[in-house]
Amino acid sequence: MADTRQIRARKGPVTYFLRFFVIAYLAVLVIWPLWEVTSRTFAPTERGAEAGVAAFLERLQEPSVSYAFGLTATVAFWAVLINTAFGVGISLLITRYRFPGRRILSVLIDLPMSVSPVVVGLALVLAYSTGQGWFGEALEEVGIFIIGTTPGLIMATAFVSLPLVIREIVPVLEEIGTDAEMAASSLGANGWQTFRRITLPSIKWAVVYGVVLSMARSLGEFGAVKIVSPGAEFRGETATILIQNRYTNYEEPTAYAAAFVLVLASVLALVVVSLIRKEDHA
Amino acid sequence: MKRLMKAAAVAVTGALALTACSSAGGSDDSGTTIGIYGFAVPEAANDAIAAEFNKTDEGKDVKFSGSYGASGEQSRKVADTKGKDVDYVHFSLEGDVTRLVDAGLVAEDWNAGPNKGIVSSSIAVIAVEKGNPLGIKGWDDLTRKDVKVITADPASSGAARWNIMALYTHALSTGADEKQADEYLKKVFNNVTSWAASGREATEAFKKGVGNVLITYENEAILAKQKGEELDYIVPETSFLIENPGAVLKDADDVATDWLEFVLSDKGQAEFVKKGFRPVGDLDISGIEVEGANDPANPFPTPSKKLYSVADLGGWPAIVEEWFGKDGVKLRFDNLYAEATKK
Amino acid sequence: MTETLAATPGPARTTSRPSGLFGLTPTSGIGLGLALVWFSVLVLIPLAAVVGAAAAGGWGSFWNTLTDAQTFAALRLTVLEAAGVTVVNAVIGTVVAWVLVRDHFFGKRVLDVVIDIPFALPTIVAGLVLLSLYGPESPVGINIVNTRQGIFLALLFVTLPFVVRTVQPVLLELDADVEEAAASLGASRLTTFRRIILPSLVPAIAAGSSLGFARAISEFGSLVLISGNTPYQTEVASLKILKFIEGDNQAGAAAVAVLLLLVAVVTIVVLDLISRRVARRG
Repeated sequence: MADTRQIRARKGPVTYFLRFFVIAYLAVLVIWPLWEVTSRTFAPTERGAEAGVAAFLERLQEPSVSYAFGLTATVAFWAVLINTAFGVGISLLITRYRFPGRRILSVLIDLPMSVSPVVVGLALVLAYSTGQGWFGEALEEVGIFIIGTTPGLIMATAFVSLPLVIREIVPVLEEIGTDAEMAASSLGANGWQTFRRITLPSIKWAVVYGVVLSMARSLGEFGAVKIVSPGAEFRGETATILIQNRYTNYEEPTAYAAAFVLVLASVLALVVVSLIRKEDHA
Repeated sequence: MKRLMKAAAVAVTGALALTACSSAGGSDDSGTTIGIYGFAVPEAANDAIAAEFNKTDEGKDVKFSGSYGASGEQSRKVADTKGKDVDYVHFSLEGDVTRLVDAGLVAEDWNAGPNKGIVSSSIAVIAVEKGNPLGIKGWDDLTRKDVKVITADPASSGAARWNIMALYTHALSTGADEKQADEYLKKVFNNVTSWAASGREATEAFKKGVGNVLITYENEAILAKQKGEELDYIVPETSFLIENPGAVLKDADDVATDWLEFVLSDKGQAEFVKKGFRPVGDLDISGIEVEGANDPANPFPTPSKKLYSVADLGGWPAIVEEWFGKDGVKLRFDNLYAEATKK
Repeated sequence: MTETLAATPGPARTTSRPSGLFGLTPTSGIGLGLALVWFSVLVLIPLAAVVGAAAAGGWGSFWNTLTDAQTFAALRLTVLEAAGVTVVNAVIGTVVAWVLVRDHFFGKRVLDVVIDIPFALPTIVAGLVLLSLYGPESPVGINIVNTRQGIFLALLFVTLPFVVRTVQPVLLELDADVEEAAASLGASRLTTFRRIILPSLVPAIAAGSSLGFARAISEFGSLVLISGNTPYQTEVASLKILKFIEGDNQAGAAAVAVLLLLVAVVTIVVLDLISRRVARRG
């Protein structure tokens, strides 16, 4: 936080006006709506829907709801795992090594963040679906099904959250430079030793931030997953798809309950990040 | 603090890994599962029938996994995955099953039975706000200036095509020629404030207050009333008989055939009726209470003037060829729609 | 340091300082190969499949799809809404960042976390959140469903963090001395802001804005429940793509998708150029 450096306090009416404006803006745009979701979670407006924490927990214990959260966790787990391994590797490569196309690669890496989730889904279908994908036939012959199965969901999720880890690590790697690593390798350390002893400790926190962010993003992916998933109960219905299905199927209380869990998860992720950051810079 | 963080991180990761493992193997353990792909509205009915099916000898221990959405999209998804994990499809339109026949996933003779492949049936109705404040009586009122119509979009929804045919045949019933029918359709299209992606999403839009008149299936209106939504519906003088096909996939488990038979049996159809569908076949519905119908004693009144059906228009292939273009080709409906919505 | 979440919004860039980089060793070469294969399988090939599907119908049908009055209206609406949101964000985002850095008041830390919520929140939940306050059962009597204002609000919500998070770190690093010097020389606060502060913020604002723009153009999840899909009125590009997919018009979907991809690519290139310029300056 900036609190460490005191900037002169010149507080005029403008300061107070801006402060008030920002608080009001955030309240109307974010805080109040969030509050409304919370209150609907525990006090549904639907006729005959039970209120209270017990009813909320009961809604979450419905088998299809727990399946959806389980699937979401599975998908997020693998997507984050893949993205972390890939992210650390590619970050090292583009900050530490010289190879043709390095610049283009470092720009392309960012592309997934700007691609519409619907396009991501469409792209995966056009490339890998058994029925019409470029590689569908070939994959079917070796018994691999991507679209409509969990691997497809993992790919869609990994696609959209791909750059998050990299974005956290690359700036750190650039800042620390290569001197220590050069020194280590000139003293005879091999690549792995250098990585474990020198590089990893310095990027550790960046990796953790990246993982938490990817986790938050992966838990909440909707558009891409919606296109590649069968979206059926007990078969490909992730938490976000469940929210849409329930909301449009006269089961708003369940939709709100599931939404609240995801809100909680993302706020938790943010608080964790914020705490870690504080710790890191303390 | 640092140690605490580490411990927390390990705990979270561990928990996730555990859930990951437990749910990964969760879907196909004991018992058979019938995978259903359906259009947007019959989920409640299929669930009820499934519960009854579980009480029979064939259906004991059978599990169900249903995916519901816009008919065309559902059909595409089945074709895309070559029917993997899908046993039974229930679409809004015949064409969506035909696509699977063409893809070799459904047998050619799927509609050879006495029911011609139809498993559920309904008619097109007009839903209005509770108490009908606009005093809507029939299709003619949809051209009024104060009416804001919601319908599904024929680009993606099967429901929408039924709606369009209901409007068209109404125009014919008033003695209009093709040109006048086109004019009538255009006037209604002009009043449409929301072209929803599916029949269900149209109901959603209506609930959200986007318009004040909803063209929909009778069963969807009844279901909404059962769920406590604030709406009424009107069975107009003329309407259109909606017939939704269902089929078992070639590679499906045998129990799926039993399921289809059960769906068509009196017991199965009775569950459809309870959720507001009209029965297929000659089921006696006198003992069945249809909650949410305008008159539970006579839940399914015949439109006073005429109930048209696809057969009156020469069957779906002919209708599609005349009205609904594909891949950007514009046919009769597409042109009317483009003209009417042009601002 | 308060770079959180959407912090590091510039591309995961490498400034071109090839000196000090290692040449590829056999191990890192294999790593690079693996990374490239995965990146291609996950991102490049599927995106190429989209372009392929759009091109399959030939230039004529591609052009017909995009110039179809309805599709064109959807694209225009998307671009206009995104542009409007970007302008609002450029101003308000800067103000928010300013307040978060320069003002000190109770609860500021909470606001700091609130800023990131729209980024971490699942998009479908974001839609639900906004609907609960500004939907049909709105306690304040505002119903934004199926209106352009509703789309605008949803886009404001999801793009909130981008400008704030790019401007914040720059503002933190700004040298207060220069401002004080200007003030002591008699410059009014407005002049100081306009002549001293704003110029140094412009690159950050631009970077944040283009990220926000890309996000707004491609937004899908939060609009699903809010937009009514009315052609010419509230139908945006991503929903149009979904309609094309649902209506089994893959070529149409691919054509619009390619256009969105193009916007994404242009955005990241612009970002890269901005960051390179900043890097040169610094």
